[in-house]
Amino acid sequence: MAAMGRTLFAKVWDDHVVEERPDGSVLLFIDRHLIHDATSPQAFSALRQAGRTARRPAAGLAVADHLVPTADRGGPIADPRLAVQVAALEANAREFGIPLLPLGDATQGIVHVVGPEQGFVLPGLTVVCGDSHTSTHGALGALAFGIGTSEVEHVIATQTLVQSRPRQMRIRLSGTLGPQVAAKDAALAVIAAVGASGGAGHAIEFAGPATAALSMEERMTLCNMAIEAGARTGMIAPDERTFAYLEGRPMAPAGADWQAAVAYWRTLASDADAVFDREVAIELSGLAPQVSWGTNPAQTVAVTGRVPDPAGFAEAAERQAAIRALAYMELAPGTAMADIRPDRVFIGSCTNARLSDLRAAAAIARGRRVADGVIAQVVPGSGLVKRAAEAEGLDRIFQEAGFQWHEPGCSMCVAINGDRVPAGQRCASTSNRNFEGRQGPGARTHLMSPASAAAAAVAGRFVDVRELI
Amino acid sequence: MEPFARVTSVAAPLPIDNVDTDVIIPAEFGVTMERGGLGPHAFNALRRFPDGAERPDFVLNRDPWRQARILVAGANFGCGSSREHAPWALRDFGFRTIVAPSFADIFYGNCFRNGILPVRLPAEVVAGLMDQAGQGANAVFTVDLEAQLLTAPDGGTHRFEVDPWRRRCLLEGLDEIGATLTARPAIERFEAGYAARRPWALPG
Repeated sequence: MAAMGRTLFAKVWDDHVVEERPDGSVLLFIDRHLIHDATSPQAFSALRQAGRTARRPAAGLAVADHLVPTADRGGPIADPRLAVQVAALEANAREFGIPLLPLGDATQGIVHVVGPEQGFVLPGLTVVCGDSHTSTHGALGALAFGIGTSEVEHVIATQTLVQSRPRQMRIRLSGTLGPQVAAKDAALAVIAAVGASGGAGHAIEFAGPATAALSMEERMTLCNMAIEAGARTGMIAPDERTFAYLEGRPMAPAGADWQAAVAYWRTLASDADAVFDREVAIELSGLAPQVSWGTNPAQTVAVTGRVPDPAGFAEAAERQAAIRALAYMELAPGTAMADIRPDRVFIGSCTNARLSDLRAAAAIARGRRVADGVIAQVVPGSGLVKRAAEAEGLDRIFQEAGFQWHEPGCSMCVAINGDRVPAGQRCASTSNRNFEGRQGPGARTHLMSPASAAAAAVAGRFVDVRELI
Repeated sequence: MEPFARVTSVAAPLPIDNVDTDVIIPAEFGVTMERGGLGPHAFNALRRFPDGAERPDFVLNRDPWRQARILVAGANFGCGSSREHAPWALRDFGFRTIVAPSFADIFYGNCFRNGILPVRLPAEVVAGLMDQAGQGANAVFTVDLEAQLLTAPDGGTHRFEVDPWRRRCLLEGLDEIGATLTARPAIERFEAGYAARRPWALPG
């Protein structure tokens, strides 16, 4: 019998199996480990307590993002709890010999923005981080997944993880995204189609012509949100666009190594006869900008649509979830999405804070004004994104329109650095999660694209951004 | 790691799907250098009014469930953030077992490393257990990892599946890193081969 074709996932997985264990799990070698301030202190404490060291410190990269203030970097961090934990990350990285991008560095930013930007993450590698949105790096053709703090400790000490092989799902995206319809809209539509737990136990490969047509930054947005469908990871086969993105980045291979790497990366795409456990096809032509109405990212409709009536859901569980979500969001069934008014607008996060995201938002903000009563802020994903945006004058466009322009970090996506949405207020957000309390206790989050969020800011209500162009 | 063999307790019913780790432990309480002390903040928004007073109708604020060691939950429990603070908070509250139709992948793995046994059972079985859990003080459940058996108050027994390695780690309270380090020769062999075939992949 001829050998069966292998998927992208299987090729990367198989390349990293240190040993197969009797129970079917494997010891998987980990190439890259991103380490941040929020989920690592307990790992370092435990390592220290056990007298363990980092097996391959150079395979790590530490950068503070979750807890860092974004308003003012002039002096020390004012909140002592945040200051202590950011300082601990930097001290731990130095003690264990792990490369560090310190808070004052021009390259500091959100781990999932910095990793690709520095060429730290490459196709065909295994990449982990104590953060669920590590799936972002699958956009480069890496096998990248989020882990807990105990696993952070395990990776630092052993450069491996014990893993069970997930099932595999391919999501083929076809058609063409219309003007002002973004990768974020595609991601939300995918999650709405698959469900908040539809990807559980699976590694997703995004494929099809509409995936290939996405820019690298758009691919990152798509893979970033794979976790919101419950998937272990999202991946996209590396192609010429991937190689062009990586070439010359500070930590990417160069010279003969680059040639060898690209030759290998060209072999990674799923074979034509590879078999997936599940196949999903989604047509993107005609997709309208999406906005979430509920408290999980699958609870999303077109901005041209209405808040659904829970009675319309056939499944009891979905109906119950919708009733609960509408009570939390203080929304009535049948409300036109375009009649919902934000108090806050947040443009940022590992989902949507790259240069192309800021350009899309600035194109809407240009020459307009943030509506009365709305507080809007833009938080670039990294120092390099911020600098590049400023070189193009995006900061001036935003500030002239009344948006605040911040320093890079996770900010109001996870809302633990002091940036948060006050209780009862409604936020149009380019982040990834609309969970109860995610952006602050009692905060109400509506997920959308950067252009849609900028449009909501200037219109003072949710609006079909296609009308503003 | 804290071992787990069996637990006998009333079970708190939490019939909500997609309970995410932000609900289990809001991120603001996750600003901590410690693993301990998070129990008082578990399910904070469900347990307390904004002023800190307890919501009297929430199950964990009522007897006998304040002392529950078992939680019966809805599908996709623990979705969202990978924060291990979620199982830390649940364990610190006192939970040793969570029973649900399904769990989010990262949370599921995090439980085993913190002395919590997550038990997956079919949705219709969990619905029945949820009803029994709501009956209160006389509704005592036993979850036995050795036997992989949940015994419900009505005497019904339900066998559950669990990965053999995770089962062993939990039963023995095994130090997983220590166990992996016994495979050091295999890791070194792998690294040598990997360095030869992907010389560009290994930094430093």
